[in-house]
Amino acid sequence: MKAPPFAYARAGSLAEAFDLIERPGARILAGGQSLIPSLNMRLATPQLLVDITRLNELAAIEPRQGGLQVGALVTHSQILLSEEIRKRVELLAQAAAQVAHPAIRNRGTLGGSLALADPAAEYPAVALALNATLILKHRRGERRVSAGHFFKGLFETDLRAGEILAAAEFPQVERSVFVELARRQGDYAIVGLAGVADASGRRIAFFGVAATPVLAEKTSRAATLEAALEALPQDLHPAGDLYHSSATKLHLAKVLLQRAWTRLSKPR
Amino acid sequence: MDTAVQTTLTVNGTPVTRRIEPRMHLVDFLREELGLTGSHIGCEHGVCGACTVRVDGEIVRGCLMLAVQADGCRVETIEGLTDSKELEKLQKAFHERNALQCGFCTPGMLMAAQDLLKQKRKMSREDIRGHLSGNYCRCTGYQAIVDAIEDCINGQG
Repeated sequence: MKAPPFAYARAGSLAEAFDLIERPGARILAGGQSLIPSLNMRLATPQLLVDITRLNELAAIEPRQGGLQVGALVTHSQILLSEEIRKRVELLAQAAAQVAHPAIRNRGTLGGSLALADPAAEYPAVALALNATLILKHRRGERRVSAGHFFKGLFETDLRAGEILAAAEFPQVERSVFVELARRQGDYAIVGLAGVADASGRRIAFFGVAATPVLAEKTSRAATLEAALEALPQDLHPAGDLYHSSATKLHLAKVLLQRAWTRLSKPR
Repeated sequence: MDTAVQTTLTVNGTPVTRRIEPRMHLVDFLREELGLTGSHIGCEHGVCGACTVRVDGEIVRGCLMLAVQADGCRVETIEGLTDSKELEKLQKAFHERNALQCGFCTPGMLMAAQDLLKQKRKMSREDIRGHLSGNYCRCTGYQAIVDAIEDCINGQG
């Protein structure tokens, strides 16, 4: 289980990073907590790893009008410790507590998780529920893409060659809830739910159920829990995996919806 | 093609400079280049926690970090924390509580447990189990390990 040979370059600036990622077979290395295992298992065979972890401009947490911008290199541990995130984007903090284990949280990053787009990962669902804006920088400027358009398929995103995911902007909402079911603390979820609600309504996203996180639109619009449970099978068509059938996953999604619903409803 | 990268890091207080192939993990570097075989290699994909070491004061997976990424970093291993006596209380409690059998997971377990002790607050057995969820032990069933850590945290160790 040793990685194949590759070259390594540490970017000292964003401009240098843009140069490096244009080289043949180049791949961006952030926290490496998913990339390095896939190198070890030889599922990935890059020719050059471009280490961006020392680019401090990608590691800031900054207030924005009506929300918060979180840099791509902010780690899971930093998300958990940030007072600002707990206050303004509680959903992200709630999700970070479910990501892997302390030693992995110390290195894994927000941007790495979003850019990888693992369908069972927490942050893509958080971004979708909040309809976060992802900031993709390239040599000549930046593109701003909403989470709803960013996640295209299994490990597939809207990122284009030469672009680096620099940050995500999360809007502040009134209520949020994050729940997932996993066999052990820190495992990838069997099914998970990220939901938010405010005056404009609810947005409930599920993950671990398809190639991308899924925004359950009919379920989100339902007036009562009963109606939401009835609508859920129209929004979700989970594929079974090695351990759980499609029917089991749908059942577990309903369990999560029941746990989440009251926390998304206005306190009386 | 020579891809080796000149890398300088501090390991248990001693500065080390080597030319390192980028594919070499931090834990392989510690074990094979420096002979620090206390950090173990289990799964090599971040699941088992046997390779847990400290980098700049935070625990990390030694198999999920390239040695070249540790350039300029302060790395501490089970050997360093044993020599400095930082782990003395925990090691004594592990001994007294019989918190190991084969001992393969123990260095990683101690590194993760010490990370918890550093927080200096009372915690429940559930909290302890949560923190250790990324460290596998195939012998003890964890009960004795949680006992030992609980002793230390609640001041009896």
